[in-house]
Amino acid sequence: MAYSDKVVDHFNNPRNMGSFKKDDEDVGTGMVGAPECGDVMKLQIKVQNDTIVDAKFKTFGCGSAIASSSLATEWLKGKTLEEAQKIKNTDIVQELNLPPVKIHCSVLAEDAIKAALADYQKKAENK
Amino acid sequence: MKFPIFLDNHSTTPMDPRVLEAMLPYFIEKFGNAASRNHTFGWEAEEAVDTARKQIARLIKADPKEIVFTSGATESDNLALKGVLEMYKEKGNHIITATTEHRAVLDTAKSLEAKGLATVTYLSVDKQGTVNPQDVRNAITDKTVLISMMLANNEIGTINPVQEIGKIAKEKGVLFHCDATQGIGKIPVDVQAMGIDLMSFSAHKLYGPKGIGALYVRKKNPRVRIAAQMDGGGHERGMRSGTLAVPLIVGFGKACELCEQEMPTESARLVKMRDRLQTGIMAALEETYLNGHPTNRLPGNLNISFAYVEGESLLMGMKEIALSSGSACTSATLEPSYVLRALGVGTELAHSSIRFGIGRFNTDEEIDYAIKKVIEIVTKLREMSPLYEMAKEGVDLKSVQWAAH
Repeated sequence: MAYSDKVVDHFNNPRNMGSFKKDDEDVGTGMVGAPECGDVMKLQIKVQNDTIVDAKFKTFGCGSAIASSSLATEWLKGKTLEEAQKIKNTDIVQELNLPPVKIHCSVLAEDAIKAALADYQKKAENK
Repeated sequence: MKFPIFLDNHSTTPMDPRVLEAMLPYFIEKFGNAASRNHTFGWEAEEAVDTARKQIARLIKADPKEIVFTSGATESDNLALKGVLEMYKEKGNHIITATTEHRAVLDTAKSLEAKGLATVTYLSVDKQGTVNPQDVRNAITDKTVLISMMLANNEIGTINPVQEIGKIAKEKGVLFHCDATQGIGKIPVDVQAMGIDLMSFSAHKLYGPKGIGALYVRKKNPRVRIAAQMDGGGHERGMRSGTLAVPLIVGFGKACELCEQEMPTESARLVKMRDRLQTGIMAALEETYLNGHPTNRLPGNLNISFAYVEGESLLMGMKEIALSSGSACTSATLEPSYVLRALGVGTELAHSSIRFGIGRFNTDEEIDYAIKKVIEIVTKLREMSPLYEMAKEGVDLKSVQWAAH
């Protein structure tokens, strides 16, 4: 099973790896997956004026999972909340050339994005 | 140092150059069919096969006539289980085996169950992967015709109490099959002392060629009979038809001879390297867990779980070292290692495991390089891991509600 160059690149040079303070009011956090499944992704967004100005990720999972979440943070930066909702796992599959057996990694990344957006939304509503 | 470094000697081994040398004449010069009775081509092939039988038998303290050649340990396992069930069906159809056996045994047992030809008891193992002989004794019924227990486990290296199991089998009049694929050539095997009636093993796990294995079939006390699964010509005393793969057999024999000669010094050397690797890694990193028995394990085997990092990403970060993992992501079926699960290791740690297999051709330099790399990549991946972050914050991961999909 050879990995695509892009997956290897994200693995060796992860983009935006790290964490924001979960309690900051401009931060949305999405945590998806489960240790028993071998995949856990934490995706965070920093939002100003309905635009994602920064994003960070941390992932427990295989190379494809790490690459999917790293790519997600790259794509999220600069998007509005509405645009971010439109990111589909199939876009990730295409960009990273994920084989069928790794498609679920991209699905998890999409779930993580949606979870982060939902978390931010809830915070914004409660303000 | 040559890259990539091969530290996956439980999956297969490189052929010993001396084995290759022994095999070469039998491809082009001495290419006869060992069953050709009427000319020198056949006779010299047959002689080479006889020599190999002797070399193999000596390694396991058997009689050369008790060696049946097959295409490998998988075929031997199939032949043992199916052959015995068919032959002894008047006596019964119950098999006792364990949950940590190789797929070649488990899938064969399941296939027999599915066809209504056998009922199978799958004994569980303790936390270190050892079968309890008492459990074997308790599982025997008057319909039991076969006990199948491996000598040593391919993933965690744990060595089973084969001698005790053999004694119980003898006492109860049940045949004992041992899949010895991982143990032969690494630890001493004596089919007499161990009370073994049938034994599977293959050449490519002991620096011999792929494509050849053997089934030891006891001839005396008791005389074991099996129904052939390959018909057509009656080779191997009617137990396994098919023209013998002479060059492979010659290689198999030579590989066994070398193992017999080198085993004492080699296993001491492998244990030293393995212990060095183990200490080097586990002293430098926190939350690492050894899978399998701490001392009663194969000389070159090490299996460690690294909490908070996943196995496939570990392997990816050490591409220049060949290893294997119990992680679901590395298996074709996306299931984590059933062996680690059987130990009660917990699926999360099963996903985080790496198996190291040190062999004859590994060097101390390679071990030191591996230690360095493992520490490096585990540290890097823990930085990247949300689980590590949570653990460091004092979160009890077992109490978290995960939003799994």
